[in-house]
Amino acid sequence: MFTRGPSLGMRLFLLVITSILLMYLDRQQGHLQNVRQGLSVAVYPIRLVVDLPSRAMLWAGESLSTRRSLIEENQRLHQDQLQSAVQLQRLEALEAENGRLRALLESRPRLPDRILVAEMLSVDLDPFRHNLVIDKGANDGLYVGQALLDADGVVGQITRVEPLSSEAIMISDPGHATPVEINRNGLRTIALGTGDSSSLRLPFLPNNADVVAGDLLVTSGLGNAFPSGYPVARVLAVDRRPGEPFAEVIAEPTAALNRKREVLLVWEQTDEAQSVHPATGDGAAVDGTGDADTSTDGTRDDAQPAATEPGQ
Amino acid sequence: MSGRQRYWPILVFFLLALSLEVAPMPESLAPWRPPWVVLAVIYWSMHQPGRFGVGVAWLIGLLLDVLKGSVLGQHALGLALAAYVTIKLCQRLRVFPIWQQALAISLIVAVHEFIGFWIDGMTGTLQGGLLRLAPIASSVLVWPLMCWLIERLVTPMTRR
Repeated sequence: MFTRGPSLGMRLFLLVITSILLMYLDRQQGHLQNVRQGLSVAVYPIRLVVDLPSRAMLWAGESLSTRRSLIEENQRLHQDQLQSAVQLQRLEALEAENGRLRALLESRPRLPDRILVAEMLSVDLDPFRHNLVIDKGANDGLYVGQALLDADGVVGQITRVEPLSSEAIMISDPGHATPVEINRNGLRTIALGTGDSSSLRLPFLPNNADVVAGDLLVTSGLGNAFPSGYPVARVLAVDRRPGEPFAEVIAEPTAALNRKREVLLVWEQTDEAQSVHPATGDGAAVDGTGDADTSTDGTRDDAQPAATEPGQ
Repeated sequence: MSGRQRYWPILVFFLLALSLEVAPMPESLAPWRPPWVVLAVIYWSMHQPGRFGVGVAWLIGLLLDVLKGSVLGQHALGLALAAYVTIKLCQRLRVFPIWQQALAISLIVAVHEFIGFWIDGMTGTLQGGLLRLAPIASSVLVWPLMCWLIERLVTPMTRR
């Protein structure tokens, strides 16, 4: 290295200034996307290596399971699939009915959302934040603000897209707020993360609000962050304190946060998307913002080209 | 350290440290994760202050920032400062007995961690309370082990 050159103190001073400049640019301006993406490709192998042990465990668990347990699982899945198929039949009828009703109201029909399955990498980023890394990135058409679901509900949203992987924030992160509504009566509010992956707070419900334990909270679709109608949490406890203007409401996320490996990425197909891009169904990428997706293999792309709205 | 050196064992060691920094841990233990990269930077800047300067530490910090998804420059700044303090004190640190060395190192780790708190506090929410200090404690415990491992495994391989 350079043993002759500026003194140690001078070098440190320059590096400190550079760091502060970098932080400012990265935080305030977002100018450093390219730098970060370039470096992220360099560190991607590290993430993969770190993920290897849990991947190997998973693989070992799969390949060492007995024939009997596989047959049992297969039977159980068959039953589940039958049940879901029956529910799906009803859903299709309901969707058709909903479409007709919306047509009567002269509003545009809701389109089915496009879905892609991604896998979480077992990478711990920060013990005090609820972040996760998934194995899909800009190459699969992900965008910042995209909703992340699992089979039971909303998991979070994408905060940073890199070419090969992405980072997401979970709804239980203390810095995350999810716009929700109570499924029973449509009452809208906001669910804040607590830093505990088994509870959310609803601090903005007045004491006389119609909320009881057991209510299901679904995404309201306001704020354009999440598509509407997906389950978020179930109300656990409502504490109405007469001296305070707001009730203290605690809810438990329905999604298995941090416990399942697979997550679903959703491309929201909004009404505006259809009005801007009339129904042609040619599968073309939509707009020139660069984060619009193209249809990729393994996705359920059965309706329209998706329009994307970076939610933040 | 006479003659020329091989660099790849040091490189491999840093890759290992970077991996350990994000390796999955049980949730209750996660705050106690030793700051592997900081310890590695301190070790090499203590033992080879001529070759391993603040610039290299800064670059490693930049990689760590990308790896952990923090603000670009946060770990870079902390590591450069840690390397600077270590290089300034390396003559004294090297003659300390190992436990005294570990305590002195924990102070340098504390400098790095506090830079981290400060930047976390400015850029987002500062969570965790006193558990934030846990890495300083665990670095005291891990330091002798890491020194032993490096002296047995990495240093012999760097000799040519």
